[in-house]
Amino acid sequence: MNAVHATSADAQHAQEEGLRAELAHKFLYYMSLMREVEDRIERKLYRQGKVVGGVYVGRGQEAIPVGSALCAEPEDVMLPSHRDMAVFFIRGVSARRVLAQYMGRVDGLTRGRDGNMHMGDMKAGVVSIISALAATVPVAAGVALALRYQGKNGVAFSYFGDGATSRGDWHEGVNLATVQKLPVVFICNNNQYAYSTPLHMQMACANVADRGAAYNMPSEIVDGNDVFAVYEATRRAAAHARAGLGPYMLECKTFRMTGHSAHDAAHYVPKEMFEEWGKLDPIVRLEQRMLEESWAKRDDLDAAQAAVKAEVDDAVAFADRSPWPDPATLLENVYQNE
Amino acid sequence: MPSTTYLEAIREGLWEEMERDPNVFCIGEDIAEYGGAFKVTAGFLERFGTRRVVDTPISEAAIAGAAIGAGLMGLRPVAEMQFADFISCGFDQLVNFAAKCRYRWNAPVPIVVRAPSGGGIHGGPFHSQNPEMWFVRTPGLKVVCPATAYDAKGLIKAAIRDNDPVIFFEHKGLYRRIKDELPEEDYTVPIGKAKVVREGRDLSIVTYGAMVWTALEVADRLAAEEGASVEVVDLRTLMPLDRDTVCASARKTGKVLLVHEDTRTGGMAGELAATINEGAFEYLDGPILRVTAPDTPIPFSPPLEEAFLPNADKVLDKARWLYRY
Ligand SMILES: Cc1ncc(C[n+]2csc(CCOP(=O)(O)OP(=O)(O)O)c2C)c(N)n1
Repeated sequence: MNAVHATSADAQHAQEEGLRAELAHKFLYYMSLMREVEDRIERKLYRQGKVVGGVYVGRGQEAIPVGSALCAEPEDVMLPSHRDMAVFFIRGVSARRVLAQYMGRVDGLTRGRDGNMHMGDMKAGVVSIISALAATVPVAAGVALALRYQGKNGVAFSYFGDGATSRGDWHEGVNLATVQKLPVVFICNNNQYAYSTPLHMQMACANVADRGAAYNMPSEIVDGNDVFAVYEATRRAAAHARAGLGPYMLECKTFRMTGHSAHDAAHYVPKEMFEEWGKLDPIVRLEQRMLEESWAKRDDLDAAQAAVKAEVDDAVAFADRSPWPDPATLLENVYQNE
Repeated sequence: MPSTTYLEAIREGLWEEMERDPNVFCIGEDIAEYGGAFKVTAGFLERFGTRRVVDTPISEAAIAGAAIGAGLMGLRPVAEMQFADFISCGFDQLVNFAAKCRYRWNAPVPIVVRAPSGGGIHGGPFHSQNPEMWFVRTPGLKVVCPATAYDAKGLIKAAIRDNDPVIFFEHKGLYRRIKDELPEEDYTVPIGKAKVVREGRDLSIVTYGAMVWTALEVADRLAAEEGASVEVVDLRTLMPLDRDTVCASARKTGKVLLVHEDTRTGGMAGELAATINEGAFEYLDGPILRVTAPDTPIPFSPPLEEAFLPNADKVLDKARWLYRY
């Protein structure tokens, strides 16, 4: 009896380990893909003039979109912010289409009507990023209202930065969501700067999570550079929201490892902060953990990175071949049937 | 015997659409138990419950944003602004997001935002404005301004069934002032179609909203005074604008007077004048004139408000001058 018991417990343990290893590989794939696509955009295509306009990357923050979006169920709806590219990949939007979007081509999600991360696809359950910061928060409340109205068990995932929480729309949206007990998970990437503005000039409270109390909303502080921590916290938050208990906020502490955008050298950020946070790179940390836990060997990791590079090479080539939009289509689709 | 007021017509249209389509729901401030500031949704809570009559905090951005979110999910929300003036608090959601979704990422936003607008009720600068032009010049939004009970009902139904965002301006001064005999059966009024509400040969007055009634009064008075035959065109929808009907009337009468309650600069009259210039210049027998409110906030005190608002006397003066020209 005892022996049987021990065997099944071992088996269960082995199975759990297997699942964690599998999850770790998924994390690594999406985080690396986001890093590589964004590097290519910011450091190559932008400098070559093949990508024009604003470029905002989430370097150093990849654990947040990846750890959270991998918790989402198919009927959940994602409302990413501008440093959450991996949400699109996890929802099945290819690197090819994302690159075509950045290059203003017809294969981009907006067919050249908008650029960079300002895209969405309701078929993939991703609401377009709204350029006006925090405007997405009331929209998330409406999405959650609709999910409940339609009798679905889905949750809206609402992403934003620390700076966005200063806007009135943020407060109106969170308040409506909490009053109505709507199924929303609010995910803040607190990367400590909003453009050039440091956190203490953005809010008088120490943490974004402190704002939750004003709305009677459970709010947790999470290590945003630890993808497993983000994943576990998001599971708790989504379970809470899915159970009909109302919204739940995660404040993922992280750091923006770049300027605000490709044209910003971030002279206003003390060098030591980049150095300090550079040691906490979420991809490096994940790889170390995978090696320590024997979920992978160095060769496996190198092979995974090489595969990602090859995928991005292909995506860039695809985007480069994708046609430009025809100016004759300029007037189309302002209204239905036009 | 006309029996249904403009307000009841909107209420009936809304009610019937909610009966017809389970995806239609209302969202706004004080609309459930209280029935809305003007009582347009009185009785809706009892019939449709809190699921479909959603009271919100005082949060116009959240009302607009939540309506958009629900619309993206396939529902057909009808959002109420307590007064059109406060739509500015939800402005960004409407002009920057809702208006651009279809064009940018092919996502329809089938929402209606109801906005009680207009002066003549001593509401003062914050409760009397005509903010339609804020939205008319935002491609992607449709803007509707019914003048009659019949059109109010037909247009609210059309707006709810429309797959684009519609801003629905209800003139507060008309709510209980005018009535129509409405058909028993279901009907809609097409968005984007103006209507010649009175045929004439000598002069066209092109207008919308409450000023349609002013124009009709002027048509009667000018006929009595001078034997003039005045045509009155009710735009009904400001965006998309029915340029064909406007130009056809201009070509027919050769003289056009443009009238609106909204202020002058950047008002609809400017766009109409340009449209007529482009589409009927060869047919004109006189200058295109306009009667509008002046470029000031709308004042409170009755003599000031009266001086501000266009009325039949002011319109008649211009109409007579143009007729004799
Ligand atoms: C309403 C509004 N104001 C200003 C901007 C310009 N802007 C774009 S991103 C940004 C900083 C955002 O900071 P935060 O919300 O912390 O997000 P982060 O970029 O740090 O991820 C600003 C000011 C904007 N997009 N929207």
